[in-house]
Amino acid sequence: MITWVKGGEVVDPRRGTKRALDVVIRKGKIEGMLPPGDFSPSSDTDLHIIDASGMMVTPGLIDMHVHFREPGEEYKETIASGSQAAAAGGFTAVACMPNTNPINDSRSVTEFVLERARKANLVRVYPVAAISKGLKGESLTEFGDLKNAGAVAVSDDGRPVTNTELMRRAIEYAWFFHLPVISHCEDLDLSNKGVMHEGSISTRLGLRGIPAASEEIMVVREILLAKLTGYPVHISHVSTEGSVKFIKQAKEEGIPVTAETAPHYFSLDHTAVIDFDSNAKMYPPLREPKDVEAIKRGLSEGVIDVIATDHAPHSPLEKDVEFDKAAFGIIGLETALPLTLALVREGVMDLPMAIAKLSYNPASILNIKGGIIEEGKEADLTIIDANREYVIKRDSFRSKGHNSPFIGFRMKGKAVITMVGGRVVWKSGELNPSS
Amino acid sequence: MRARMYRFSHKDLLGMEQLSVSDINMILDTADTFMEISSRDIKKVPTLRGKSMISFFYEPSTRTKASFEMAAKRLSADTISLSAADSSMVKGETLIDTARNLQAMNPDIIVLRHPSSGAPHLLARYVDAGVINAGDGTHEHPSQALLDLFTIRKKKGRIKGLRVVIIGDIAHSRVARSNIIGLRKMGAELTISGPPTMIPADAESLGVKVVLDPAKALKGKDVIMILRIQLERQSGILFPSLREYSLVFGLNAELTKGAKKDVIIMHPGPINRGVEITGDVADGPSSVILDQVRNGVAVRMALLYLLIGGGRFDNLG
Repeated sequence: MITWVKGGEVVDPRRGTKRALDVVIRKGKIEGMLPPGDFSPSSDTDLHIIDASGMMVTPGLIDMHVHFREPGEEYKETIASGSQAAAAGGFTAVACMPNTNPINDSRSVTEFVLERARKANLVRVYPVAAISKGLKGESLTEFGDLKNAGAVAVSDDGRPVTNTELMRRAIEYAWFFHLPVISHCEDLDLSNKGVMHEGSISTRLGLRGIPAASEEIMVVREILLAKLTGYPVHISHVSTEGSVKFIKQAKEEGIPVTAETAPHYFSLDHTAVIDFDSNAKMYPPLREPKDVEAIKRGLSEGVIDVIATDHAPHSPLEKDVEFDKAAFGIIGLETALPLTLALVREGVMDLPMAIAKLSYNPASILNIKGGIIEEGKEADLTIIDANREYVIKRDSFRSKGHNSPFIGFRMKGKAVITMVGGRVVWKSGELNPSS
Repeated sequence: MRARMYRFSHKDLLGMEQLSVSDINMILDTADTFMEISSRDIKKVPTLRGKSMISFFYEPSTRTKASFEMAAKRLSADTISLSAADSSMVKGETLIDTARNLQAMNPDIIVLRHPSSGAPHLLARYVDAGVINAGDGTHEHPSQALLDLFTIRKKKGRIKGLRVVIIGDIAHSRVARSNIIGLRKMGAELTISGPPTMIPADAESLGVKVVLDPAKALKGKDVIMILRIQLERQSGILFPSLREYSLVFGLNAELTKGAKKDVIIMHPGPINRGVEITGDVADGPSSVILDQVRNGVAVRMALLYLLIGGGRFDNLG
């Protein structure tokens, strides 16, 4: 069978182009990319035509930072429900953080995650293994064995590696296996059990504040460790003006750092907390308008390489409680694309650059396939209706978590088809329609 | 009469932030009319007969709890009071479940004190009864601010244009926050003072001047408000010792001389004598600390009356 994605505009993040091209897919791979009208299949071809006129065709989106909660907290999310949320959001691949229960610090847990992903059979799921055993920050996990089992990176995400010596050795040792090291930057002492950004709003609400410096101190430490070792470090969820400044400076000096931010850090600021809305509680916290502007600048100038969601589902048990007792984190897979497209309309980035941060760049950092739309590549594609307008509703999420600060927001732009290896896994509100 | 033209339209009192200047004047004027009841032989009117108040204190309290109950009883409302120790919280019940259970008993008003900032706001979303915030974490304590405003207005005849200084642990004080909001709304000029470790981030955004040194801060002031140093904050990180705190930031008679001659000195209580304020100043002629407590009952009667009873002045017996 041949799939003919017809009449769309192909966004190529690697070349930075946007062209009207038909995409011809056979046996899960892209067989050809042809100007409209050039493809003339013979009449006896078993042909599946996808009408993409008026749509954008992009490489499948890749989210390098999600929490799928399995094993251990299946009531919040499972690898199956998380995969559904990913497909519905236009993502064809995700990287799962290791802070599950048990923690992914051993081959058996990595294999379990991959097995569950195979059963879910929707999107590509890449496990990220822990840097330290039990996320305790004391001793390294078996990077070699974990990599062989399928881990694509290491991170103690959710917690910083507080021991600087251990972080140095992790960066050095990981290089041998070409495993990216992903850092959650936070000085826990300085965060001092804070629950939101320290500033005028925390002062007004009487909530304990997390200063911007709590993140920035660790960003600077990781930069210095990357410089010391000469090996790369990837900085997770950048949220402050200072972090952007330090990362920019490091990149200019040729220090091998890469960085990601999440859509909420360029879409919302700390005023979202004003009604004690626990759906506006996450780490790092929503910052100030000047930080939001700096994040946008960082994206536009290429200081921030990746947009990742930090998709962190929680149930009402963790969220419908007093603000200071509520869990940190929000879901993001089903809102990331429209929020990113809003930046494109605002002129922060052009479309190929925005799509690069959602596909090609994370694929490069993680050394995984995807992010490229070319002949011979896997047919992981996202077809986007950039003009579709809708309101985010609490019950419209495929994720088990409904903890989103964007409920009630009017959005523009939606993934209408998500295709993994030539197979349509999401089509206009329907999951796995071909099976 | 102002009361005829204006309607107090709140169901809950969650913070000073929600109140307009007219609301505040209405509460203070109403409290004025209730002052007299507390001096009667029979200190009871039937105004809120058949109404019920649940006071729910997740944190220890003497003054506020007693004051609300006294206020409710003087208005003939039925009162039930619960504390953290006898609540289901110790059995693991969430605040929302507790709220639903309380609501099922159909009270008219719930008075909540809670260690988490924003807890009354959460409660108010789940109950039909009115909710009064009797202190939430380090956020607000509106009834305290209202009784402070009432006391200032009684003593000084006005609030607008007065120069007020608040000294102490501003960052962790709900009394400070509510007073700052209330006093700013009523047109007072505000200075805050204390160790830099206890001044909140972006303090100026609250519309106050920050003068760290108390001696300078209280110069020429009409009102000095001293905050209680919470002994549980003695970790040695915010300040080294109570001894040093009292030496550098405590209010004593000598320091008080820098303020206006007719200055009034306020403290929300309970006092740590010899720490944030010396005994002689607390008991001295400028102190209005006990007036605050006395006025508290009338202000809380006014609040219950306005929130439950609606905007008419009948049934005052």
